[in-house]
Amino acid sequence: MPDVPVQIVACPNGPLLVRGEIEIRTPDGARVPQRRRTVALCRCGKSTIKPFCDGTHKAIGFVTEPEGDA
Amino acid sequence: MPATLLHDDVLQQRPMPLPAPRGAASGAVLDALQGEANGLDDAVDRALADTADILGDEDLQLALLLLYELHYGGLAGVDDGLEWSPQLLAARARIERDLEAAIRAVVRVPERPEPTAAAVAEALFALTGEDSGPSLSRYVARKATLEQLREFLVQRSIYTLKEADPHSFGIPRLTGRAKAALVEIQSDEYGGGRPGRIHSAIFARTMRALGLDDAVGAYLDLVPAVTLASLNTMSLFGLHRRLRGANVGHLAAFEMTSSLPNRQYGNGFRRHGFDEEATWYFDEHVEADAVHEQIAARDLAGGLVEGEPALLDDVLFGAAACLEMDGRAGAWILERWTAGESSLRAPVP
Repeated sequence: MPDVPVQIVACPNGPLLVRGEIEIRTPDGARVPQRRRTVALCRCGKSTIKPFCDGTHKAIGFVTEPEGDA
Repeated sequence: MPATLLHDDVLQQRPMPLPAPRGAASGAVLDALQGEANGLDDAVDRALADTADILGDEDLQLALLLLYELHYGGLAGVDDGLEWSPQLLAARARIERDLEAAIRAVVRVPERPEPTAAAVAEALFALTGEDSGPSLSRYVARKATLEQLREFLVQRSIYTLKEADPHSFGIPRLTGRAKAALVEIQSDEYGGGRPGRIHSAIFARTMRALGLDDAVGAYLDLVPAVTLASLNTMSLFGLHRRLRGANVGHLAAFEMTSSLPNRQYGNGFRRHGFDEEATWYFDEHVEADAVHEQIAARDLAGGLVEGEPALLDDVLFGAAACLEMDGRAGAWILERWTAGESSLRAPVP
């Protein structure tokens, strides 16, 4: 299978959706267990399960600026 | 994650035992399932003509659930060939026609967005975000007694022991971006290749932790029509290619109203001293459904509408139907509990 680059989708008003093999580390260097192939990383800063998203952005009305056209 | 959770057995379900009838139509379906179909057509037609509210009709909702079960795990002692019996399919179709009409009559479909993935996702997030009624999840988090937690699991078991299955019927009806999205979500629902992590199997652990039977149908006799109607709505959407847009919209709304309530449900069980084994199911959904809702809104629902713009209205209808039917089931439980009553038809043994 050819190498497929990791894909990151910046979801409007929501998390970063990451598809592909990645390694997540804490600031101390400890590995964060990844329990599913596609993960959502917190972007609002208020998730209770950081670095992962728990949907809290919706409860606090987190709003992102519109993404520019690529 | 404790090691005990990783090395336990796999949940193997068996065909559902036959429940007790709740009237002439479900009685006639039970007879037909056991080979005596003479009275079926009349009994179903009479029940449909007589019912004032099919959405809350114990007899008709049970009859339909039994007919649908032929397409899922089957029924104990029942000929599997009856899944394609023209007479049973005809009875099912007559109940479905009135059920679909009743759902369409009570559902409030939001204004139509542009048929782009981004606009559809935005419309679905707005729709699912305005759900501001009384909250079953907050009640479970703060007030539910141990008995009410057990009732809650019994209510949920009707769908959750076959979690994800109704929407999976939609997979071969989709193509391209929407198909890849649905499979991506369902693969996660089914444990990503690890049978012990199939969501219905994780839910079974929660049932066991509270001393409940995790066999499909073990508590069917106790569960009221409003809860059966919630599953029947999913089966209706999943089993009809014509309704593939509604099936997709339903799943999207389901995923988009899941992660925050599941945190609350988990808190309710933690408040009663239950450990990670019991709350794994809820904790798993906090993280999983925060992923699924993004895929479901943008790639599944949005991708379907971009590929088949004519399905936009059905996607919105399916999403609104999910909120309406699951909202009714949740409100029923909350009303009974706040009145100091059980939400079930009989106490949990």
